[in-house]
Amino acid sequence: MSTVDRVGRDEDATVDERAELLRRAGYWLHLMRAIEEAGRRLYLQGRLAGSFYDGRGQEATAVGAGLALRSRDVACPLIRDLAVHLIRGITPEQAFRHYLGRAGGPMEGRDGNVHLGSLALGTIPMVSHLPEMIPVGMGVALGRAWRGERVAALAFCGDGAANGGVWHEALNLAGAWRAPLVVLVERNGWQYMTRSDACLAVERVVDRAPGYGAAGFSVDGNDVLAVHEVVAAALEHARSGRGPAIVEAHTYRMHGHGSHDDQRYVPQAELAAWAERDPLVLWERRARAEAGWTDEEQRQLVEAVEREVGEALERALAAPYPSPDDLAASVFA
Amino acid sequence: MSAATITYREAIRLGLREALARDERVVLMGEDVGRGGGAFMVTEGLLDEFGEQRVRDTPISEAAFTGVAVGLALDGWRPVVEYQFADFLTSGMTQIVNVAAPMHFRARTPVPLVIRAPAGGGFSGGPFHSQSPEAWFLRVPGLKVACPATTEDAGLLLAASLADPNPVLFLEQKNLYTRVKGTFAYDPDAPLAGAAVRRPGRDLTVVSYGAALHPCLAAAEAVAREGIDVEVVDLRVLCPLDWETVAASVSRTSRCLIAHEDHAEYGVAAELAARVAGELFGELDAPVRRVGAAFHPIPFSPPLEQATLPSAGGIAAAIRELAAF
Repeated sequence: MSTVDRVGRDEDATVDERAELLRRAGYWLHLMRAIEEAGRRLYLQGRLAGSFYDGRGQEATAVGAGLALRSRDVACPLIRDLAVHLIRGITPEQAFRHYLGRAGGPMEGRDGNVHLGSLALGTIPMVSHLPEMIPVGMGVALGRAWRGERVAALAFCGDGAANGGVWHEALNLAGAWRAPLVVLVERNGWQYMTRSDACLAVERVVDRAPGYGAAGFSVDGNDVLAVHEVVAAALEHARSGRGPAIVEAHTYRMHGHGSHDDQRYVPQAELAAWAERDPLVLWERRARAEAGWTDEEQRQLVEAVEREVGEALERALAAPYPSPDDLAASVFA
Repeated sequence: MSAATITYREAIRLGLREALARDERVVLMGEDVGRGGGAFMVTEGLLDEFGEQRVRDTPISEAAFTGVAVGLALDGWRPVVEYQFADFLTSGMTQIVNVAAPMHFRARTPVPLVIRAPAGGGFSGGPFHSQSPEAWFLRVPGLKVACPATTEDAGLLLAASLADPNPVLFLEQKNLYTRVKGTFAYDPDAPLAGAAVRRPGRDLTVVSYGAALHPCLAAAEAVAREGIDVEVVDLRVLCPLDWETVAASVSRTSRCLIAHEDHAEYGVAAELAARVAGELFGELDAPVRRVGAAFHPIPFSPPLEQATLPSAGGIAAAIRELAAF
């Protein structure tokens, strides 16, 4: 199978469908950005335990991919992919309760950061060991495929995690078994404090695709429609029983690994250059050009999202902490 | 099939066969488990009977196939993963320890996964085919560990492991595969818990499990001729631990020796010694003693391996010393 380069043109979609998709994507892009800005503020104010991890600059990848999933597909989002959780049903209030370690969050304070998930919502609770979630998602999708369902797993990872052993094990297994797996590599330039380029033996991660019998796709990870189209195609490839696919989404990690990381190792000029390609800016440009998006609509969207996020945060901050009483009792099912 | 001729290996095979026949959610996965029948031929014939969909050969990719099994378990399947040797559990350790084990605690989602792994030495397997890995896993909340010592328990504990909604490490004793014979039992309602008194006695309690149970029983017979009446407790399931049975026995005998094939240090013996000393101090007439493999890797050469692993003679010597205290 050859590596395919695609750019963002939803060729099969009608103009109306693309306009509708753009409008939907705009809400999720702004919602993820607003929730993470609020979370980061909480951390910087010392009101949030642990650290805070966000996906600033990578929202288009999370949103585009999240909107490409079908209900029975399963996703393994990581720490840059909050929008996938939101699209799959986590409310902003649940997200804040989770960040804050409050009762009523999806993990009831047992875990934090962006470590959340629920198979009922089609997500796997992530672990910090990257990329160990890839085979887990594959297992869910494979089992559903055995039952005759037409589904795929979408496992996210960074360009750093693409060098972990299980990344290779899982993709080889998926190739050997023709398992319905898509690995979405967010090429964000950094593995924590080290440039990912320095850690890769290939120029592009997707160049490895033939080695796993996988289809390979490259995409502009900051263009939400492009991501949507390419991930949809990759998922369809996987669902059809033709084996796994690797999507390499070129993007940039605009913040540090976590909010504790001041990015002193990142050249300012590089950040400035990528800020020009901010996914929300690119989205707005496209929405105006292709969906007739107006100034008034933009103002209303930003206001609505700010209100929704502000109210959710207020409710989450008022929520109690979970009781430690049943900690030991919840170790075993 | 005459019941008394069943080997430990055959009991596990019959147990897997029962599981596959009774529950269509059960799938077996591992290296060579299908066409080859497994490195120890435990799954021989199961591929022919149940097909490739349910008995699946995997690449040498423990992390990946264990992860796939976790995913299957999360979505309602009952995967049974085979590791060719328990020594190779390290290759899938992240999935077992950090993905499967804490899943219910973190997300209230059960992971009904059974991981079968042949453990223990005694046949010149060398440092990488002889280890007893239970202590690595017993400190992991969320993971259950079973270690059958008899053919009956091979079937019963396998059934119980499959019926349990948690990840279970099922440590088969490769030294017992053909050496232990008995009957077959399979009861999905049997609990994955509970120690058994294998030999009642008045003078001293020996706590053991797995392959080491047999030299413990032999040592008990040997010292019986000298007038020492030993009670032998088989833990059967290491987590959850049946402390009550151990405590009742030690309270009766007032002396306790813990003997297992794993290193004595930091493992089951250390845990039990601490609990006996901490909770039964007033009952004891002698210090708690431990017997286990010497604290170095298991060597290859036969006399070196014999010098490393616990033996009936060594266990009998420890019993005599404790009885005379």
